[in-house]
Amino acid sequence: MSKLKIFTKGFLKENPVFVLLLGMCPVLGVTTSAENGLGMGLATTFVLLMSNIVVSLIKSFIPDKVRIPSYIVIIASFVTIVELTMQAFLPELFDSLGIFIPLIVVNCVILGRAEAFASKNSVLDSILDGLGMGLGFALALTILGALREILGSGAIFGINVYSGDGALVFVLAPGAFIVLGYLIALSNKLNKKLYNK
Amino acid sequence: MEYFLIIIAAIFVNNIVLAKFLGVCPFLGVSSKISTAVGMTGAVAFVMVLATIVTYLLQKYVLETLGITYMQTITFILVIASLVQLVEIMLKKVSPSLYQALGIFLPLITTNCAVLGVAIMAAMNKDFGLMESTVFAFANAVGFGIAIILFSGMREHLDLVKVPEGMKGVPISLVVAGLLALAFMGFAGIA
Repeated sequence: MSKLKIFTKGFLKENPVFVLLLGMCPVLGVTTSAENGLGMGLATTFVLLMSNIVVSLIKSFIPDKVRIPSYIVIIASFVTIVELTMQAFLPELFDSLGIFIPLIVVNCVILGRAEAFASKNSVLDSILDGLGMGLGFALALTILGALREILGSGAIFGINVYSGDGALVFVLAPGAFIVLGYLIALSNKLNKKLYNK
Repeated sequence: MEYFLIIIAAIFVNNIVLAKFLGVCPFLGVSSKISTAVGMTGAVAFVMVLATIVTYLLQKYVLETLGITYMQTITFILVIASLVQLVEIMLKKVSPSLYQALGIFLPLITTNCAVLGVAIMAAMNKDFGLMESTVFAFANAVGFGIAIILFSGMREHLDLVKVPEGMKGVPISLVVAGLLALAFMGFAGIA
């Protein structure tokens, strides 16, 4: 696989949210606005990138039997770093993401990439894979957050698009499921057009 | 009365899956049949209550006493992972029939954010003692069970319905989950 392909596959073809359906809890939970979605996406990208690098660096030292617990400890350490940094410098974002920041640990995208990619590939490839997958995840969260914000409160990134209240239901829980359902249908259609001719 | 409020709030008003979005992966992943949904609920309830008790004690008597609460995330996930392993080994020995029923679901629970989420919420809530936390964990497990079993029932019916080509599979399931969440919003005024 070429380097470019490793990097770009996370955007559409193997998008972690729309195609692989991994890490759905933060996807649905924090995307009440585009800003929250982007913040969560970037935090996850950082953890994913760092854990991919470390796992790929020490893959030959970890005994096969304890590899999953080792990955979890590596991931949890980086999540703690993100948690403390965000609390110090972005307290507002920290408050609105709430419990979903510590829960990055159990985001299956990260453990999934460590197990499926970083433990078998070189450091450079793992960096590209981590960045691509992470940005694909961030992209999905931002799109979902932006759509819900526009439909629900008539704004995007806090800037008003149209006057009026919008349909509040899209900011609430049911809207998350419904908007994501339609987005997945759309990405299936796009993928079919682009890749299976 | 206080326990009653905790239970109603956790099951209906702030349903863990449909209002708080924790445990969505198993909610979508193992809900295609009612029988597997019931098995998953059993395993989650077992681990969730046990994990919340253990992590609550750890938080109060180890992390807070030593002033290292920033280690919470790492400690909790390790405790949950080893607890799941322990439960698996014990069940295999003590009750092979229960192990057969829950066995395949147990490893999946380590990465179930509902378990870690409930443990963190219980540990962070200043009003909760050990008893409240245990009740809270159990009520959340019941809420998870109700949501996933209702959803799997609806999904079984979806197989019989004509769905537009592009919406087949996951998309229509998500829309159905959205409608279910809408129904649960009706409880919002209660507590």
